Amino acid sequence: MPAVVRVIDLVKNYYLQSDTVRALRGVNLEVAEGDFVALMGPSGSGKSTLLNVLGCLDRPTSGEYYLGEENVARMTDDQLSEIRSRYLGFIFQSYNLLPQYTVVENIEIPLLYQGCKLTEETRQWCISLAELVGLGHRLDHRPLQLSGGQQQRVAIARSLVNRPQVILADEPTGNLDSKTSDEIMMMLTRLNAEGKTIIMVTHENDIAEWARRVIRMRDGQIESDIRNKRPRGFGDSVPELPLDNLTPTSPVNVPNSYSPG
Amino acid sequence: MLSYWLEIVLAIGFVTALIIPVAISDKGRRSFVLAVRSLWLHKLRAFLSVMGIIIGTGAVIALMAFGEGSMQDALDDIKRMGATNIIIRSVKPPDDGSTAKRSFVAIYGLTRHDYERIATLQQSGTITRMVPMRVFPAEIRRLEKLHNGRIVGTTPEYADVNQLELAAGRFLTDEDCLEMRNVVVLGAAVARDLFPFSDPLSPENRGTIRLGQYFYTVIGVLRDRMPTGGTGGSQAAEDYNHDVYIPLETTRARFGRTVFIRQSGSRMGEQVEFSQITLTVSDIDKVRPTGEVIREILRQHPRQDWAVTVPLDRLEEAERTKKRFQMLLVLIASISLVVGGIGIMNIMLATVTERTREIGIRRALGAKRRDITMQFLIEAVVQTSLGGILGAVVGLSITFLVPWLASLLGETLPAKVHVPSIFLSLAVSVTVGVLFGWYPARRASLLDPIEALRHE
Repeated sequence: MPAVVRVIDLVKNYYLQSDTVRALRGVNLEVAEGDFVALMGPSGSGKSTLLNVLGCLDRPTSGEYYLGEENVARMTDDQLSEIRSRYLGFIFQSYNLLPQYTVVENIEIPLLYQGCKLTEETRQWCISLAELVGLGHRLDHRPLQLSGGQQQRVAIARSLVNRPQVILADEPTGNLDSKTSDEIMMMLTRLNAEGKTIIMVTHENDIAEWARRVIRMRDGQIESDIRNKRPRGFGDSVPELPLDNLTPTSPVNVPNSYSPG
Repeated sequence: MLSYWLEIVLAIGFVTALIIPVAISDKGRRSFVLAVRSLWLHKLRAFLSVMGIIIGTGAVIALMAFGEGSMQDALDDIKRMGATNIIIRSVKPPDDGSTAKRSFVAIYGLTRHDYERIATLQQSGTITRMVPMRVFPAEIRRLEKLHNGRIVGTTPEYADVNQLELAAGRFLTDEDCLEMRNVVVLGAAVARDLFPFSDPLSPENRGTIRLGQYFYTVIGVLRDRMPTGGTGGSQAAEDYNHDVYIPLETTRARFGRTVFIRQSGSRMGEQVEFSQITLTVSDIDKVRPTGEVIREILRQHPRQDWAVTVPLDRLEEAERTKKRFQMLLVLIASISLVVGGIGIMNIMLATVTERTREIGIRRALGAKRRDITMQFLIEAVVQTSLGGILGAVVGLSITFLVPWLASLLGETLPAKVHVPSIFLSLAVSVTVGVLFGWYPARRASLLDPIEALRHE
C-alpha cells in the first residue's frame, strides 16, 4: 500500500521574542493512499501545526516530509505554492470562499494558479463539480447568497478541482449544525470511497467517527493512532483499502471522465 | 514640431507597451476583469482614491491647452511680423516743453540718409531686403464714398516681407514705382467699403479712387488679414485691412514731404521721410547683431525719434515664457500626481489589510507571491489608468467648455489641445499606479499564508 504522505521525525518550533514554542516534537506518520484520517487533540497539541505542514503552508524546522515521492520539507516558497496548486485540496472551517466571485469562479481559482488556460472545458469541469456537490442550480450565486452548508460544499468542490492527491480539511464542520455536518461528512466519505485521501482536523468525537483512522495528539507528539473499525459513513460494509478504481492522481487538471458514485 | 510628434509616438508606445500584454494574453485580460470587479465592490472608495489622479491629469490637459492656445496666438503674431525681420520705425518724439517753440510741422524720423547708411549693410550680404514705407492717415474716396484709412507708400517687396495675400489682382511692381504710376492696392475692409457692388478691378472702375488731389486705379485687393496684436507696448496694434498701398515714389511725388493730418479739429503737419523700414536679414543668427548695428547708426540722431524692433527677441521671449509655463505645469502635475499616488497607496494598503484573508485563501490554493503582487499591482494600475482616462475626459471637456462659456460672455479664451499632454499624463498615471501600487502589492505578497488565513 503506497504511502501518499510520509512524515519522518518532524519538528516545528516557533520562536517568539525570547522563548521557543515547540509545536511539533518529532512526529512520525504515514498516510496510505485512500485513507481517511482524523487528527484530534486539545488546542495547543500541535494538530493544526501538523496540518499546516502537511498542507505545505508551513515548513518544518527539521525532519522530512514526503508527499508522494517528493520531499517537500526543504522546498522554496514558490515550489510549495506549486505543490499546493497541483497536489493538495483545502477545506476550511470558515469555508474561505471569495465573496466577489460566483460559485463556479470560486471553484476555478486553484486552476488559475496552476497557470493553465481557463477554457470552456475547464469551466464544464467546474460545473460538473458544482453538480457533484449538489449546487448545479446555484452556479452564478455569490457565497453570501448561500447557506453555510452550501458554502462548504462549494469549498469541497473547489478542493477537488485540481484532482488533488490529498484533501486537507481543517474542522470542516466546525461552523455547521449537526444535520448539515452529517451531510458534509457523508460527502467526504463518498469522496474517500472513491479513493481520495483525506486528512481532517477535528475536535469533535462524533465527527472523528466518520474517519477510518483517528490520530490523537498531545504536546506536539502523537498520543494514539487507532483504526476505526466501523466508520460511520460506510454503514455495515466498509470497503477495503485501497480501492480498485483508484486512478493515479496526475497534475493534469481536466479529467476525461470523473464520475461520482 | 519634431519633438511634438516624438512625444506622441513615445507616449503612445509606452501606453501600448503596457496595455498590449494585458490585452492579448488570456491571463492578462482575466486579471484586468478581476481587478475591475474588485474595484467595483468599492466603487465610491475607488473613485475617491483616484480623485487626485483625475484632478491632476485633468488640470494638466486643460492648463496645457489654454497655455498652448494663448502661446499660439502670441507666436502667430510674431511670426506674422517675420522672425528674420528687423523693423525700424519713426517715432514722434515727445514735445520738448522747455523750448516752448512748438513747431507747426513736426519733422522727425528716419531719413533717406539713414536709409542709405543702413543700405551699406546690404553690400555685406547680411541684409537681403529693405522695404521702406511711409504711412499716414488719409481719406480714401470713391465717388461719394469715404473710408478713413491709411496710405502706405512702399515698394513691391513689402508684400513678401509682411506676408500679404492677394484676393485679386496684383501687388505693386518695380515699374509702378519707377514710373510713379497712380495705382493702388486696397486692403480688404477698404475694398468692401468702397466697392460694395462692383469689382474694384473691372475696367469701368479705373481711376475712381481719390487720394488727396489725384485719382488712382485699383490693381489689387488684399485678402482679409488678422490684425497684429499690440505686442510690446511700443507698437500699436495694426489693422492692415484699412490700408491702401501705393508706390513709394508716387507718395513722394503726389503728397510732397509734408502731410497734413486733420485730427479732432486741429491740423498737424508731419514731415517724415520713412515711417518704417523693414529689413530682412539673411540668417536668423545675424538678426540680433544686425539690430545692434542699426541702433548704433541711429543713435546719431539728436533725438530719440526712432525705434528698432526685433521680432525674434519677442519670439524667443515668448518661447521662454512658454517653457517656463510648461515647467510650472510639470511641477503642478507632478505634485498632484504624487498626491494622487499617495492616495492610491494609502487605499491600497488599507485594501491589503482588509483583504488579508483573501490573500491567505489565494496563497493556500496555490497562488505564488508573484501572483499576489501582480494582482494588487494590476488593481492599482487599472485604478490609476481609469483615473487618468477620466482625468483626460475632464480636462478635454474643460478645454472645450470653458472657451465656449467665455465666448458666451463675449470673451475669447484661445485653447488648443496639446495632444502629447494627453498621452503623457495617461502614461504618467499608469506609472504612478505602478510606483505607488508596488509597495502595497509587495506587502500583500509577503504575508504569511497561515497568518493571513487566520485573519478576521
